Amino acid sequence: MDNLINDKNNNDYLVEVQNLIKWFPVQTTFIDQLFSKERDFVRAVDGVSFNIRRGEVLGLAGESGSGKTTIGRVTIGLEEKTKGNVIFDGIDLSTLSAEELRKLRRRMQVIFQDPLASLNPRMSLGDAIRQGLDIHYPETANNHRDMVLDIMEKVGLSPAKFFYNKFPHQISGGQRQRVVIARALVTQPDLILADEPIAMADVSVRALLLDLMVQLKDEFNLTYLFITHDLATAKYICDRIAILYLGKIVEISELTEVYAYPLHPYTRALLAAVPVPDPHDRRTEPMPKGEIPNPINPPPGCRFHPRCPYAQEICSQQEPFLRELRIGHEVACHFAEDFLTES
Amino acid sequence: MTEKEILMQVRNLSVMYKTKLGEVSAVDNVSFDIHKGEILGLVGESGCGKSTMGKALMRMIQPPGKITSGQIIVDGEDIMTYDQKQMRDFRGRKVSMIFQDPMTSLNPVQRVDEHIVEAIQVHESKTKTEEALSRAEGLIQRLGIRKNRMKSYPHQLSGGMRQRVMVGLGLVLNANLIIADEATTSLDVIVEAQLADELRDIRETFGVSLLVITHNIALVAELSDRLAVMYAGHIVEMGDVETVFDTPLHPYTKGLLKSIPNIKLDDTEKLYKMPGEPPNLTHPPTGCRFHPRCPYAMPICSKYEPYFKEVLPGRAVKCWLYIDHPEKESETIEVTA
Repeated sequence: MDNLINDKNNNDYLVEVQNLIKWFPVQTTFIDQLFSKERDFVRAVDGVSFNIRRGEVLGLAGESGSGKTTIGRVTIGLEEKTKGNVIFDGIDLSTLSAEELRKLRRRMQVIFQDPLASLNPRMSLGDAIRQGLDIHYPETANNHRDMVLDIMEKVGLSPAKFFYNKFPHQISGGQRQRVVIARALVTQPDLILADEPIAMADVSVRALLLDLMVQLKDEFNLTYLFITHDLATAKYICDRIAILYLGKIVEISELTEVYAYPLHPYTRALLAAVPVPDPHDRRTEPMPKGEIPNPINPPPGCRFHPRCPYAQEICSQQEPFLRELRIGHEVACHFAEDFLTES
Repeated sequence: MTEKEILMQVRNLSVMYKTKLGEVSAVDNVSFDIHKGEILGLVGESGCGKSTMGKALMRMIQPPGKITSGQIIVDGEDIMTYDQKQMRDFRGRKVSMIFQDPMTSLNPVQRVDEHIVEAIQVHESKTKTEEALSRAEGLIQRLGIRKNRMKSYPHQLSGGMRQRVMVGLGLVLNANLIIADEATTSLDVIVEAQLADELRDIRETFGVSLLVITHNIALVAELSDRLAVMYAGHIVEMGDVETVFDTPLHPYTKGLLKSIPNIKLDDTEKLYKMPGEPPNLTHPPTGCRFHPRCPYAMPICSKYEPYFKEVLPGRAVKCWLYIDHPEKESETIEVTA
């Protein structure tokens, strides 16, 4: 395994996503087809570029419908892209055959939100974890049981022998998520796509799972693409964060940088909206009106302009592109400089 | 000092569910008051009985669940003695409820105006449709929904708007108490904040009380006046929201508050990792139900259940640390204001 020092300036990217576009066709009726009405598309991801450095945790944050899950799925090849490039460890995913992609999957694993939905109710925990090993390393089948027991101990399913033959319904929600984590880790991946991995867990269990994920990342030299709607939780695990709105990245930088100097009006609203667990520190900022619009016909220009309190004429006409306004801090807003002086 | 008028008194309320694996005591002998015009936050993790409690306050527990004991006193009357007809009148007029998923609460083939008019006419059969409509319109506009949305069906509204319609349905009969059970949970964070602002607003303008049931403790910090913390079917701590956050007494509350992520960068504390998980209520732990996870557990904690002790006016906690007992070895902690 590569053991690179993870400093902020390293340009050793495990994943490079370039101008990624993913449109889903909207189902049309037979009549519409007859009159060959133009097909509508849900523009789930509409031109997104980012890199993930080896060993870092990149957060993708946004509200529902912002495209965060779709980006994750396309990045690891679970979903076909419409346009753009995804390069994993120097390999362009689109050049691979289905068989080659399947082999590469060993190195890219997923943790989903709902562990109960991710586990086969009729498969014992040990067998569930083992399955990936059997598929990707058939030649070492004799050792698989021991390898599974070993990884179970590492994720805190201890004693592993006790849990090996249990079934998902016999264990708690927190333990189920540990099984899912163990299953993802057992094939020795480089990249973990974690899609809201702790959103279902109770508050008192979340901290344990977060801590486990951080600890395993260091132990196994992992890189995480961490998808979340919860900016407060992101603070405890992400190194960098990309804020998404309606299929676009509006701001991206180190997490502490974005939280300390948010430059996009949407990011500012989003950060202000998160309730703070301190009754002495209640929010006074007004919230932007309305909700995230329909991604079939996104607003022209800046997609946030109909809700933006600072919107000017140009915002509805010209789309702002990501610009680097502070070191390593990119933002897509025509008037982001105004906040720059403020900070 | 807390000379607040009391809207609802809950006394020794217990709810049981009969299951194949045995009886689940989802709410166990719980007593508390809801004041007039306050926002009371009821927080707890999944399975702690908070939703069951909310439903029990409207006597909406369905079999195999059952309210096994207790009184719910409103305006001097115990609603447990009400018959079906009285209960129907009580629900909606006195207390109404908003649930997590508005899509399952709203009728998909009924327009917004039809929902509200129906709610009015069910309770006030003499009200003419036009009058009900104009009342509905006035209310819906106050909740920030445009008038032309009155003719929309639920699926044509966004999640936030649907939830506002639910709030409107709760308000239209001038209920004194609105129980919001995870009402903001399925909403995005900005919309959640919008709705929180609105809930605060309607408390001001309509003078209603709100019981906000949620797992989101940060939201309660943002919104409530008082806070009740539930664990495994019990209220373990109650008090003013500031006081509880500043000086939590119950070990569970202490742990819980330290395990909530805080978005503020100047909060650099690591999250507290509470050992274990909430218990299965078919076989709750003996004594204090929190003792297996409690860092302060004493021998007595697994033996006897502590009572819910009012340690200061308006401040109560259910923990042996604060209660005397002859079998206790350690000193009892005196709580001072």
